[in-house]
Amino acid sequence: MAIINNIEKLHEMLVNKEITPLELVNESLEKSKSVQDKCNAFVTIIENPKITNVTENMLSGIPFGIKDNYSTKGILSTGSSNTLKDYIPIFSATAVLNLEKAGAIGVNKTAMDEFGMGGTGTTCHTGPVRNPWDLKRMAGGSSAGSAAAVASGVYPFALGSDTGDSIRKPAAYCGIVGYKPTYGMISRYGLFPFASSLDHCGCLTRSVKDAAIVVDAMKGIDPKDQTTWDSQNIHLYDALNGNIKGKKLFYIKEIANIESYQNKSEMLKKHLANFHQTLDILKRLGVTIDEVSIDKSILASLPSVYVCISCAEATSNMSNLTGIIFGPRGEGNNYEEIIKDHRTKGFSPLIKRRFVIGSYILQKENQERYFVNAQRVRRLIVDQMKDLFKNYDALIMPVGSGIAPYLEDDNNMIDNEETRILEEHLQIGNFGGFPSITIPNGFIDNMPVGINITGNCYDDENVLNIAYALEKEMPYQGQIAKEGENE
Amino acid sequence: MSKYKAVIGLEMHCELQSNSKVFSSAKNSYSEIANSNVSPVDMAFPGILPTINKESVREALLMSLVLNCTQPEYMYFDRKNYYYPDLPKGYQITQMHAPVGVNGKVTIDMGTYQKEVLIHDIHLEEDSASLDHYSDASLIDYNRAGVPLLELVTEPCLNTADEAVAFLEYMRRCYQYCGVSLADTKMGQIRCDVNVSIMDEDSTTLGTKVEIKNVNSFSNVYETINYEIKRQSELKDTGRYNEVEQETRRFDEETGTTIRMRSKVDAIDYKYFVEPNIPKYKITKEWLESIRKTIPLLPNERKEKYMKEYGLSEYDANIIIKEKDYADYFEECLSLGMDAKTSANYLIVQIIAYLNKEDITLKDFYLTPSLLNQIISELNKGTISSKQAKEIFNKSLEEKKEPKNYITKDNAQMSNQDELTKIITNILNNNPSQIEDYHQGKTNLFDYFVGQVMKETKGKANPTIVKEILNKKLN
Repeated sequence: MAIINNIEKLHEMLVNKEITPLELVNESLEKSKSVQDKCNAFVTIIENPKITNVTENMLSGIPFGIKDNYSTKGILSTGSSNTLKDYIPIFSATAVLNLEKAGAIGVNKTAMDEFGMGGTGTTCHTGPVRNPWDLKRMAGGSSAGSAAAVASGVYPFALGSDTGDSIRKPAAYCGIVGYKPTYGMISRYGLFPFASSLDHCGCLTRSVKDAAIVVDAMKGIDPKDQTTWDSQNIHLYDALNGNIKGKKLFYIKEIANIESYQNKSEMLKKHLANFHQTLDILKRLGVTIDEVSIDKSILASLPSVYVCISCAEATSNMSNLTGIIFGPRGEGNNYEEIIKDHRTKGFSPLIKRRFVIGSYILQKENQERYFVNAQRVRRLIVDQMKDLFKNYDALIMPVGSGIAPYLEDDNNMIDNEETRILEEHLQIGNFGGFPSITIPNGFIDNMPVGINITGNCYDDENVLNIAYALEKEMPYQGQIAKEGENE
Repeated sequence: MSKYKAVIGLEMHCELQSNSKVFSSAKNSYSEIANSNVSPVDMAFPGILPTINKESVREALLMSLVLNCTQPEYMYFDRKNYYYPDLPKGYQITQMHAPVGVNGKVTIDMGTYQKEVLIHDIHLEEDSASLDHYSDASLIDYNRAGVPLLELVTEPCLNTADEAVAFLEYMRRCYQYCGVSLADTKMGQIRCDVNVSIMDEDSTTLGTKVEIKNVNSFSNVYETINYEIKRQSELKDTGRYNEVEQETRRFDEETGTTIRMRSKVDAIDYKYFVEPNIPKYKITKEWLESIRKTIPLLPNERKEKYMKEYGLSEYDANIIIKEKDYADYFEECLSLGMDAKTSANYLIVQIIAYLNKEDITLKDFYLTPSLLNQIISELNKGTISSKQAKEIFNKSLEEKKEPKNYITKDNAQMSNQDELTKIITNILNNNPSQIEDYHQGKTNLFDYFVGQVMKETKGKANPTIVKEILNKKLN
């Protein structure tokens, strides 16, 4: 199948008329159906997408997937929630429009944890998404469907969104690349909000180069999103030269050094050993890597800081879901009963729990203690990272505490206090709005694992170039999930 | 009159003028057709983001300067979270942490004394949708959702309903004079919440505050305050002051009373927090100064000028500054070189009466200052009489034709001495017996001769000149 190629190759084939956009789309749709059967990755498969012409633009005629929390005009957009199970928007997200302008063709809407709240891909209203490398395992979330589809070779890229690690974690679990650029580089207009100050748009691909091509097309200042900034001088694709000699990276000792853990499980040992092997590759390329220590109490508080800020913003952001203007109308004798009925029936228990937390945190008497303090700690860690970025090009870290957990047993990673910060440190990238990319760096027990590189704001070119150089030294670029291929 | 001192605080909401809404690109304009000025942002479809309208910020800063407030270093917004069908997002974007103005004050002329009114703050926010309630359903019109709204909060520093209304009137005029709002209560562009408490004359502790929400005309504000003072005073008089509760009430227009809505104990926690989608925006000194330069002469300043420079009476000046339209009209007359007193007179006596009779505003008034000038200049030259001027004024309005069309040689006033002398001589020659009687003492026959001249000239003779000539001839 042609569709499993990378964007450069597909573009070449299209230009040389070895294949047409329609044929590519049909391949992608066909693949979507088999991946849907296996992984339950989609909310909607777009049967008759508008076929574009092949132009000079590398994305012209290329099929792609859209996470279901991107508003798409005329196409069901649910955020994987029952509150929007029949919602067909009247406008498209700016990021989607930008890709359409480039000539890319959206072929499906991918399933996700409801409104992006969750890291498992199991809370979609259409049911859990399965990992294409092992269908008994989760794909990770919240961009679960996008990760599963790209890993299965449905298309070279899919859109994701990332509030805590929702692009970068599932990318690692599915053995692919997940990239979220600096906050405000891609417009969030049309992205269903989870936590506005942490939400990022981004993409999942099978190579760093593809990620660069895709984000080059998605980004740009948008009058509809005042947090966007002018990035016309940033050319991600053009900046990939693979030359990283003399770059300086660091990792956080308390998280990535096995000696920091009392309980050294086999998985943890393998995972961190693999991480350090990857660092050795970088050192051979002339990169300096330092171990940096960060106050353990700050690190330990980060997951709580994330809960406070994200839940608080989420309760407010999702107050528009009342079933009055859109969504299924609730029953009741007055507006309060109608809204309550809609929300009681529509939201999963996990989301309701987060709303209760968020609401509690925002209460007048609790704000200072929880919300304001959380913001103080957020600033502390961001300031410290920015200080480090004065001396270092980027932070390099292992993603998660190991491979994708089993679906049946999705508590095993949450319960371990000791590895909690290892699971959740990617949130630092959201706190600071830092550019952050995950690439695959090996296998443990035949399941992929990933490594993450995070740099300072606006330094996306540098971050991607380091990932690009590293990727070239490893055999995982462009890999397609084996179980997805064989069955 | 109550024997207690009343303490009153006001919250005044005023809709601002602008091309688009305060956080969306939809048109900011009143429309009879429901939901015609609406964008996805106003309806809070998933994924929308607010974008601040710079013009609204400028207007808000302008009013902050007019009220002598302190402006914040950075402009940013907060979310006020609550569920109500007229609030599509489930929160209102407003300013709680850093309002566009704090700690202001203005002085109001109460006739016999000057009242200083302290401004707690003034902040920019978005209006809600409007609801129409029916017996079995409520309809929502999103035209108003997102219209820029400026909320002004006074300190509890007013003591009478008169002061409250004088302040509101003053503010309404300021909004109009600054060109930031039409400030029309009839169109719902101004809405007020009123806080009233009473205390013993010599006391320093404030009484229990009662809030009356959504009082939508100044006369209702007046009635509300007086009703509340009376109600609270009666309870206090009868030893039942503990029944005055910290609560929210509403004014009932039919009965002229206030009715309890809810206790303050049930007050909603709005869970304010900073709106993350609008980045903090630095308000530079340069920008503030450039806005300050655009503050026009305010009503009180204009009044003083009219009295000092143009010699108008305080009474006349007060009428003219009452509406910005009037004052603008008056000043345009002056700029055309028209006499101040004549212009003022025409405006107050003729024009305003006509506007009231026809129930139109000065904007829809046909005779612009330059058209009016066609009449006044002829009147001043003496080519037409004041009676004729009035006739031309009415005719011109009736037929919507320029006054000069009616000032022809035919109807121009006859002031020519020779011509008039000729006519008068003729008349006198034809009425020898009346002259005889006149000289016998029937002096009221003088008016008879004037009448004859008017008849002969079809009313065009300049009566002053006619009288002069007749006097000469007869005596």
